[in-house]
Amino acid sequence: MKGRSIGVRRLKDGLVRALATLAALVGIAFLVWILYVVLARGISAINWDFFTERPAPPGMVGGGMASAILGTLWMTGLAVLLGVPAGLLAGVYLAEFGQNTRFGEAVRFTSNMLMGTPSIIIGVFIYIIMVVPMNNFTGYAGAVALAVIMLPVVTRTTEDMLTLVPSALRESALALGSPRWKVTLGVVFRAARNGLVTGTLLAIARVTGETAPLLFTALNSPYWPTSLNEPTGNLTVTIFNYAMSPYPDWQAMAWGASFLITAGVLGATVFTRSLLWFRSQ
Amino acid sequence: MQLQRQRDFDPAFRWLTTGCGVLVLVLVAGIFWELYRGSELSLEKFGLGFLVSQSWNPVTEEFGAASSIFGTLVSTAIAMILAVPLSLIISLFLVELAPPWISRVVGAAIELLAAIPSIIYGMWGLFVFAPFMADYVQPFLARVGGDLPFFTGPPMGIGMLTAGIILALMILPFITSVTRDIFLMVPAVVKESAYGMGSTTWEVSRKVTVPYGIQGIIGACFLGLGRAIGETMAVTFVIGNRHEISASLFSAANSIASTLANEFTEASDDIYLSSLVELGLVLFAVTFLLQLLAELWLKRTKRKMGVA
Repeated sequence: MKGRSIGVRRLKDGLVRALATLAALVGIAFLVWILYVVLARGISAINWDFFTERPAPPGMVGGGMASAILGTLWMTGLAVLLGVPAGLLAGVYLAEFGQNTRFGEAVRFTSNMLMGTPSIIIGVFIYIIMVVPMNNFTGYAGAVALAVIMLPVVTRTTEDMLTLVPSALRESALALGSPRWKVTLGVVFRAARNGLVTGTLLAIARVTGETAPLLFTALNSPYWPTSLNEPTGNLTVTIFNYAMSPYPDWQAMAWGASFLITAGVLGATVFTRSLLWFRSQ
Repeated sequence: MQLQRQRDFDPAFRWLTTGCGVLVLVLVAGIFWELYRGSELSLEKFGLGFLVSQSWNPVTEEFGAASSIFGTLVSTAIAMILAVPLSLIISLFLVELAPPWISRVVGAAIELLAAIPSIIYGMWGLFVFAPFMADYVQPFLARVGGDLPFFTGPPMGIGMLTAGIILALMILPFITSVTRDIFLMVPAVVKESAYGMGSTTWEVSRKVTVPYGIQGIIGACFLGLGRAIGETMAVTFVIGNRHEISASLFSAANSIASTLANEFTEASDDIYLSSLVELGLVLFAVTFLLQLLAELWLKRTKRKMGVA
């Protein structure tokens, strides 16, 4: 610190403090800006028809997003049925059987890779293995794509939650003669229940907002989803199509749908996060 | 007797869970394999020239990835240049400067940025942020740096720069949360020694905290890079989708992900589709490699810091 007076050093320190505070404010400002815009523009597009009608052709008054909401719910539901059990079991493998094995290490590593794979790549993959052979865009393909995205997320959170359960609990149950599967499902799962539920909810929240994997799997459709064996309407792809359209009515509908998605995803995220936080207090 | 029967189920349970673990491996291997097979046609026709050719013409069936790769690289570079310093200084704010309750609230708010779906960034970017860029930011940049080739051309709002800024916003929470954890891992004793010598907070951060965590910070940057490169919807909304390379950051461009999102369902010919799949293969390979590096690097760093 030779030759630099304490005054200069204090000044520099103060400047950096101010800059850091400013940076944090900039981050928050963008968050508030985005949320405000979605709220302000979205809420005016939402009315009773929005939840009960299917999309109207351009130029026609009215119409809603009900078919798209239903399609999103169906596909997310099926994705949960496929992705969550597989993810839970893979997590059990990592935490209970593959803890220190080479193969377990490989699975853990790969599931991190899968988690970071761009979701549009998953879309291309599912297009090749499902849409091309079936010769049709289907809601099933969309659901499978979402399930593939959920799988590694559920796997990793399950492993994290299960490793938090003290081994003494497992050992006591095993010492009483319980079979391994009963120990895992009846004792370890019960102890980690809250963590597993929040982890799964976060994974569901994440896929609900996904668009890219649905673009060329489920495609989109303005009709009521009668079966998942055909192109299925969904909120996110509808937002994309409507936003890119030249019709102001459709753009307004896109904002309504954006509001719904944001409220759902952020609501679920904040809810589960605060649940975790309160429990840790 | 009954217990024995229940025990008999144990191997099956073990195999079932192992099977789900294998599923993860199979999926990743399957993605590589299917993308490779899907792009065989294009690999055969264009060879390595695909990566450097600028043409993208569905009519003459000439395809090259250069403009998409260029767009991905430049938009990601803009995002990194903006997001890395901002994340670092926000982490310093959270760990060193802010009182605990402010740190918690601000930290949670920054993390919420990661929870906003990509398509919402796209909507906001296209309808609100791009006009804002066109009206205020781009004219200002043109006035200040108009002599540079980067800030020329009409301020349209959409384009490379806007896409880069939105990407920066999207990766900010990821880099911030990793760097914050790393700053928290610096032992208090080390920092207190520096304070005890009379250092100011900034001096402690610059000379103790950051050098101590530099490896972790680099790992965090890799993670952010991997995210930015594959980001699709937000970029697709604002980048403009034009298959041309231009030095100006104001001009419309495209990225690998945005090309896929825009054109995949329109690809009618086999060679068109195959070229798009090859673009996907390039993107997958690059993100895979980046993540691999980040993962190995962070693991090494954590082990080192755990010992220290």
